[in-house]
Amino acid sequence: MFEITYAEALNESVFRFRIRAPRVAKKVLPGQFLILRVDERGERVPFTVSDYDRKSGEVEIIFQTVGATTMKLSEKRAGDVLCDVVGPLGNATEYGNAERICVIGGGLGCAIALPQAKALHRAGKQVDIIAGFRCRDLIILEKEMRENCRDLLIYTDDGSNGNKGLVTDGLRALAAEKHYDLVIAIGPVIMMKFVCLLTKELELPTIVSLNPIMIDGTGMCGGCRVTVGGVTRFACVDGPDFDGHQVDFDELLRRNRTYTEFEKERTAAHQCRIGLE
Amino acid sequence: MPNLQPNQTPVAEQSGEVRRHNFDEVSLGYTLDEAINEAQRCLNCKDPRCVKACPVNVKIPQFIEKLAQGDLSGAYEVITETNALPAVCGRVCPQENQCEGSCVRAIKGESVAIGRLERFVADHAPKTVSQAAPISSGKRVAIVGSGPAGLACAGDLNRAGIDVTVFEAFHTAGGVLVYGIPEFRLPKAIVQKEVKALQARGVKFEFDAVIGRAESVDELLCDFDAVFLGTGAGLPQFMNIPGESLIGVLSANEYLTRCNLMKAYRDDYDTPIIRAKHVAVIGGGNVAMDAARSALRLGALSVTIVYRRSAEELPARKEEVKHAKEEGVGFSFLTAPLEILGDDTGSVRALSCRKMTLGEPDASGRRRPVPLPDSEFTIDADCVIVAIGTTPNPLISSTTDGLDADQRGRLIVAEHSTATTKKGVFAGGDAVTGAATVILAMGAGKQGARDILDYLND
Repeated sequence: MFEITYAEALNESVFRFRIRAPRVAKKVLPGQFLILRVDERGERVPFTVSDYDRKSGEVEIIFQTVGATTMKLSEKRAGDVLCDVVGPLGNATEYGNAERICVIGGGLGCAIALPQAKALHRAGKQVDIIAGFRCRDLIILEKEMRENCRDLLIYTDDGSNGNKGLVTDGLRALAAEKHYDLVIAIGPVIMMKFVCLLTKELELPTIVSLNPIMIDGTGMCGGCRVTVGGVTRFACVDGPDFDGHQVDFDELLRRNRTYTEFEKERTAAHQCRIGLE
Repeated sequence: MPNLQPNQTPVAEQSGEVRRHNFDEVSLGYTLDEAINEAQRCLNCKDPRCVKACPVNVKIPQFIEKLAQGDLSGAYEVITETNALPAVCGRVCPQENQCEGSCVRAIKGESVAIGRLERFVADHAPKTVSQAAPISSGKRVAIVGSGPAGLACAGDLNRAGIDVTVFEAFHTAGGVLVYGIPEFRLPKAIVQKEVKALQARGVKFEFDAVIGRAESVDELLCDFDAVFLGTGAGLPQFMNIPGESLIGVLSANEYLTRCNLMKAYRDDYDTPIIRAKHVAVIGGGNVAMDAARSALRLGALSVTIVYRRSAEELPARKEEVKHAKEEGVGFSFLTAPLEILGDDTGSVRALSCRKMTLGEPDASGRRRPVPLPDSEFTIDADCVIVAIGTTPNPLISSTTDGLDADQRGRLIVAEHSTATTKKGVFAGGDAVTGAATVILAMGAGKQGARDILDYLND
């Protein structure tokens, strides 16, 4: 059993949990993920590790309620336990010799982009962050992001924070003034796709972190296969980071819809049960 | 005087029409009378060919003789001298290629139903409650993977007084016995019983432990005197034909894991699974049969096995093929997939194939399938399950210095041994042979235990 030591709602649909999972905390590096099961009958769901404390044996995840399992998870409180937490899984992000890096996060992706920015910032690299959200109320981690970079640009789709635009607008603006060795883009697939189209045009090497459907996280099911540079790769063991200019994003968008219908039914059923209990 | 009845004593089964709608076990097993009747068909040969044909040389005539006398405990003792998992092997061994395939009774009539008798003994013999074995040696061994190889190795080392810890990546023990083989062929309660017995005897299990990512093999060697790798062959192969990334195309590993390990067939579990109407399963082994029969049980209206050779070359157990046919699985033999076709939403709509014919025998001794010109046709399907085989997972070999694997990812071991190229590290089962059978893996686990004991005593 794995104890939740801290639970916080960052907004009405995004939550930050710390979980005691010493085996994961001992080895995990930025870019790696874990898989958890809420209870004995739960599915296995992957989450990127957003922070960790090797001494206390805790890891942090930040997640959004998107389906039945994340809803069930969001109802847990500090002191509750999870049935299984396994990891670290996937490969740690490789930054190469990059000195000047632009980290781009979209929505919940900021939670995964932040540990990257933090690690690079602490290593003395020059880091800028561009973050995009749908509206002001959904902005998360602003303080932490600001503490871990030189320039932080936050955009909202509706302009409710006074800065209407897309992360690609920010990148175009920053790239006009500064040179970057590397762009790291993490967020919705559609955002990563458009960031990569732009960085290809700007000739900026770009890493994306993919989070497709998976079960085991060890290369056993192949559910997470993505086409990268025309070759089939397993995101769980070959990734989750890939060269963004090589990823077939349209295929990934399609594959991520595999269980949409099932998820709709489950989510509705879960909401019904909540009402009845 | 032996029972000269030429055919095997029939065993009660759920009818095909009933069982294609449920996940309960197909065969109901012998009653005591039936088992004794069948046991009396054994001629107790002086030079028993069945024993030689068994990968772990179970003393078959001896256990059958005890059973014929009604001595179930005695029969169980004889089997477990060499077989750690009789309730499992009685159900899933390819007996027709092993013990039963070499039975003299098969020359005129049918072989003795050795598998069914083994299962009967394992299911019904009164067992003494397992007690913690004393850890007398002061030695500690880590076993990676809790499939048949790991469990067998753990059992034998525990009996020899070794302190054993089994590391398992999943949340449940059993490996392929729980994620791969369906409930209707091997009830999971049977595997659980074996695991519980090992735990009662003092074998420790660490779940959710992915060795190679969390602890490395080298770290294990700091805490343990030796390591046994029974990590199986879990990496699914795809065909590399167009359309394999469409929605509705999945590996048999994914489909079966969702269904068996994650219990997607039950409404009280959260695991999603595709409920397709028309399913094409590519491959002809046990895994293909398992996937096809699971698809029927999950509500498919039609399921077709697509196999590029003919019925005679099917590598699956005979019984599984027979059961699949009875349940209504269709077979398209001499058929090779060319492309998976999608609709405008990116979902599968059909499998494009061509007909094959059999040419000269290839390296495997089976006749090589050769394409027939202008024979293209399509099979309508909204789900395509790829069951063309698996290879060992590279997670451990790629993260362990000094541990060598061949080009197909199989760990390299010394001849007639389980010793790998790394000192103190042993390996056996599918991780070494590539995908094979439960009993070969179990045999390798037992050999691993012997090799480790020799190594520790040196």
